[in-house]
Amino acid sequence: MKKTFFICAAIFAFVLGTAAVRAEEKGLILNQPLPKFELPVPGDAFGRNYLDLDRENGMFKIGELRAELVIIEIFSMYCPFCQREAPKVNALFNLIQADKQLSPRIKMIGIGVGNSGFEVDYFRKSYKIEFPLFPDEDFKIHKLCGEVRTPYFIGVKNTPGQKPIVIYTHLGGFESPRGFLDEMLKRGGLEK
Amino acid sequence: MRESRWARSIAYKDRIYDPGKLKPIDSRVKVKAGQPAPDFTLPSVDGRLVTLSSFRGVKNVVLSFIPAAWTPVCSDQWPGYNLAKPLFESHDTILLGISTDNKPTLWAWTQQMGELWFPVLSDFWPHGQVAEKYGILRGDGTAERALIFIDKKGLITHVHVNDINTRPKLELIAAQLERFSQANR
Repeated sequence: MKKTFFICAAIFAFVLGTAAVRAEEKGLILNQPLPKFELPVPGDAFGRNYLDLDRENGMFKIGELRAELVIIEIFSMYCPFCQREAPKVNALFNLIQADKQLSPRIKMIGIGVGNSGFEVDYFRKSYKIEFPLFPDEDFKIHKLCGEVRTPYFIGVKNTPGQKPIVIYTHLGGFESPRGFLDEMLKRGGLEK
Repeated sequence: MRESRWARSIAYKDRIYDPGKLKPIDSRVKVKAGQPAPDFTLPSVDGRLVTLSSFRGVKNVVLSFIPAAWTPVCSDQWPGYNLAKPLFESHDTILLGISTDNKPTLWAWTQQMGELWFPVLSDFWPHGQVAEKYGILRGDGTAERALIFIDKKGLITHVHVNDINTRPKLELIAAQLERFSQANR
């Protein structure tokens, strides 16, 4: 009886443990709404113009952006892979910006999890990043996004009048900016 | 779900050990600003012996003590200082990373961070002797998450012992580095 109890307890603990790992590693679920969070309106005119925001202060939601597709990078200044991938992420940004048809329809942002504004700004200056970066100093957004590892990319489809939907997620770097963009366009229904 | 205190890079795959939430500070600091920094010689993971006093008259020094290799917050700290090399160099400062882990452990762990520009020193044997000199050896044999700022005269200018469960902000370091430069003007 005792032996049976301990075997059952061990199995139960194992299942709970693996479930916890799965929950922690789950990240975001595809084709579900993006978790609700707000970001501060960028303090610089370039950031506001890039995101097509019509106000100079306050907060905004991803769903408010006019872009049909928003690419979010979850990063940290302290993440060696985020540092390594920064030039490729810049290349992705430049690829989009160089396409006059795509650039109004796709926007990129970065969220620095556990990073202060100073740290996010240091990362931005170090790699000459042009798309807006936002600090998530208290890990609030990180927690909403399932405490994903870094770097983590999220493709969000914005449809007017509807909630923004997660259409793509990717953990880690990517092979080529072109390949990554093509996949994002395919998932977002923006293929030419 | 656990309280978020760090973001884990995929650089370390699944090799990070989570010790859980620890007592924020578990030691009593023995040094303060204005005092000469206790000298020491420690082995570096690249095979050299590094002596603190060798930087006197040459560089300002920041000692970055971290508790343990392969743990979340520590793994989330030194790679940022790698990126911040220009910040240290602009204030004529060398960074020394120190933990009470042994050299092989430190070597294996820091390999995941890419090439570090600063020496990584092992305070393993006599265990924690340097951390103890500074009064930042915790009861379990690890060092506090501490930053010690030392000017070119070998005097401590600032001591910061952080909550072990969180990472000190880069702006704290930037402010103290600026003080080094202001003192030299």
